[in-house]
Amino acid sequence: MKAISFAAGCLFASTALAQEPVLTVYAGDYVVSEWGPGPKIEEMFEGRCGCDLQFKPGDLLPRLLLEGDQTEADVVFGLNTDVTKKARESGLFAPHGVDLSPLTLPIDWTDDTFLPYNYGETAFIYDTTRLSEPPTSFAKLLDAPDDLKIVIQDPRSSISGLAMALWAQAVFGDEAEDAWRKLAPKILTVTKGWSESYGLFTDGEADMVLSYTTSPAYHIIAEEDHTKKALIFPEGNYFMVELAAKLATSDQPELAQDFMDFILTPEFQQMIATGNWSFPAALPHEDWPEGFKELELPSKVLFYSEDEAAALRDEAIEAWRRGLSQ
Amino acid sequence: MASRPLAIIAALAAGGLVLALVLGPVAAVLARAGGWGSLGPSDWQALRFTLWQACLSALFSVALAIPVARALARRRFPGRGLLISLLGAPFILPTIVAVLGLLAVFGQNGMVNVALRGVGLPAFSIYGLHGVVLAHVFFNLPLATRLLLQGWLAIPAERFRLAASLGLSPWAMLRTLEAPMVLRIAPGAFAVIFVICLSSFAVALTLGGGPRATTVELAIYQAVRFDFDLGRAALLSVIQLALALAAGLVALRLGTGGGFGAGLDRMVTRWDGRAGLSRAADIAWIALAALFLLTPLGMVVARGLPGLVQLGASSWEAAWNSLTVALASTLLCLLWALPLSTRWGEWLGLVGIAVSPLVLGTGLFLIVRPFANPLSLALPVTTLVNALVALPFALRILRPEAEAVRADYGRLAQALGLTPLAWLRLVLLPRLRRPLGFAAGLTAALSIGDLGVIALFADPDRATLPLQVYRLMGSYQMQAAAGAALLLLLFSFGAFWLCDRGGRANADT
Repeated sequence: MKAISFAAGCLFASTALAQEPVLTVYAGDYVVSEWGPGPKIEEMFEGRCGCDLQFKPGDLLPRLLLEGDQTEADVVFGLNTDVTKKARESGLFAPHGVDLSPLTLPIDWTDDTFLPYNYGETAFIYDTTRLSEPPTSFAKLLDAPDDLKIVIQDPRSSISGLAMALWAQAVFGDEAEDAWRKLAPKILTVTKGWSESYGLFTDGEADMVLSYTTSPAYHIIAEEDHTKKALIFPEGNYFMVELAAKLATSDQPELAQDFMDFILTPEFQQMIATGNWSFPAALPHEDWPEGFKELELPSKVLFYSEDEAAALRDEAIEAWRRGLSQ
Repeated sequence: MASRPLAIIAALAAGGLVLALVLGPVAAVLARAGGWGSLGPSDWQALRFTLWQACLSALFSVALAIPVARALARRRFPGRGLLISLLGAPFILPTIVAVLGLLAVFGQNGMVNVALRGVGLPAFSIYGLHGVVLAHVFFNLPLATRLLLQGWLAIPAERFRLAASLGLSPWAMLRTLEAPMVLRIAPGAFAVIFVICLSSFAVALTLGGGPRATTVELAIYQAVRFDFDLGRAALLSVIQLALALAAGLVALRLGTGGGFGAGLDRMVTRWDGRAGLSRAADIAWIALAALFLLTPLGMVVARGLPGLVQLGASSWEAAWNSLTVALASTLLCLLWALPLSTRWGEWLGLVGIAVSPLVLGTGLFLIVRPFANPLSLALPVTTLVNALVALPFALRILRPEAEAVRADYGRLAQALGLTPLAWLRLVLLPRLRRPLGFAAGLTAALSIGDLGVIALFADPDRATLPLQVYRLMGSYQMQAAAGAALLLLLFSFGAFWLCDRGGRANADT
């Protein structure tokens, strides 16, 4: 009985809390944990808006598409270029109206709907104490001895896995399937998402893991561990950016706009690097937190626009599947 | 039986609720999609792999469980009760935790490979079909063992007494008493495990080693969360349902044959198996099973201990949420299971684990949406779905004994003119105490460890413990995640042990 009244209590608690205006932000699951950027964003924004910012974590796009124009969300936080085409076509979003000149991304960004807040590039992360002479290019990685073991993510169930399939497509083009075939013996396993892969890597199960160029910053800053490094490939690393957008149906359009304006302020940008372990989207390099400044940056980034990515996606996933299914 | 019409009404209501809860969401998803999707070549490959690994996993789990359960049924030793409870633990672990525990033993740098390398032997790789089957056996061997052990314990002591006084050899006893019981219980155990493995996803992917090891559940995940192709998701989940029901039908046909009649509930004392050889064999089976199942669990504990101190308030809140959900779903599940504890009820109950949690969550979301904010219903919906998912296990545990009770005492109750309530109170519930405790423990534990539908319904203040493990891992907090995983293990095992223990009080097992 206790459980039932508890559940009912929760129900009422969430509906009765409506004294000050509420800004509802849908965000990815990792955002709201005590270790993610959510609590800091909430504190900082509530300090300036006189409102109640409520994060609703979970699946972003599937949920928005299911809810359509009935959605409660005022802002979504954490979309990614691989889904922006579908998101844009839904017609649910309004222009962000933010001046993009402060952006410091390695690529040009002119989108008037989806606003970047942080970025990183896909990269293989290795441990310098276990691998003293890592491959220096993607091509050399394919020729590395077969006892070099890598864990990657499935492009059909994970954003980073999909970025990797597109990365290989960008580097190897029509030869992508052959590239995967050559990499196959070195792939220890494929996981559903990034967390499982990274767990296997930190457990010492694999020599390398598919992650982001920004991952070493976590180890440097939080653990003072300088042994985790990202492989920077001369062929280029694939650019990944996280985006926020404002819902056209928002019943708090002004608050939503305030939130969008808040994203590129130095205050937010200073926080997001260590809040989300990725490069801030609008902060000059000299203002980055210490650990980030010592990271090696790719001299070349590869990127597909959302239209190109949508057109190449099935082909890239098929090349991956066939190459690894032999 | 006096309770006949009432029992029929209750069974129909309970069965109707199962069907509505499973078919309703599938229909809602289908309606939203505007029609069925189509399958590609990789879907067919996924289907083949799914069937093959589920068959192998169920086969090995049940085959290995037979000697282990027999050994446990024949032997008495100190700590036996605790060992039987502990052996149940892998089954209730969330996948990710169990897989990391398994890898600590069988992985590249696991204990087995360190030992192999130490003596100069080539390393063993857990990645591939054999790894998937190994993990599924790790999960399901305990369940199969417990189901069979119950079968052994349900053979009345009088039969063994009679067998002993007739001087039956162990072989003859096996043939006349034990084999018929195994033939009755094993197909149902096989079916349940087959269906669990059908919807396996994270295990198959992580240990499968690559896209060859793709299951239908992954294709559903991709269709819902990546392609938003709801038609394809609906089609795939109906295929998965059909496979599960087919497996259930086969088991239903195979697993026939009556019980042994009523006994006087005396303690089972066995006069067979006292010879040195069978004694040694029993000890070996028990030791091997314990080693295989408990070492990875030990690793989960060892890895989690340092992380326990890092857990913040949100993890404890998540633990509290998980506990309340578990308590509510356990009550609901038992109430639901009692009227369905018949052959057809059990078959119907199978659909609960066969339907993809993603499709279930999406469908429920669509159904709830017009009436209420789905987010505020996160915990009630999770409770309901957890009860539904645990239903087939509860039924598998309850049904054989519930039927036996009905067969053995139904006529007597009718002769005495017992009211339905008196029948429940005086006959059915006391006799079902042991399986009820086991079923309640399993439901509570499964519910604590479940991630299920909460992904679509998640709410920041109402995370459950498994969700918290993923959130921590997603924020590089691997050690805290290991701590939360240990908390999860302790809570689900604690709930399991309490219920199971309560059900076994005064029972000699």
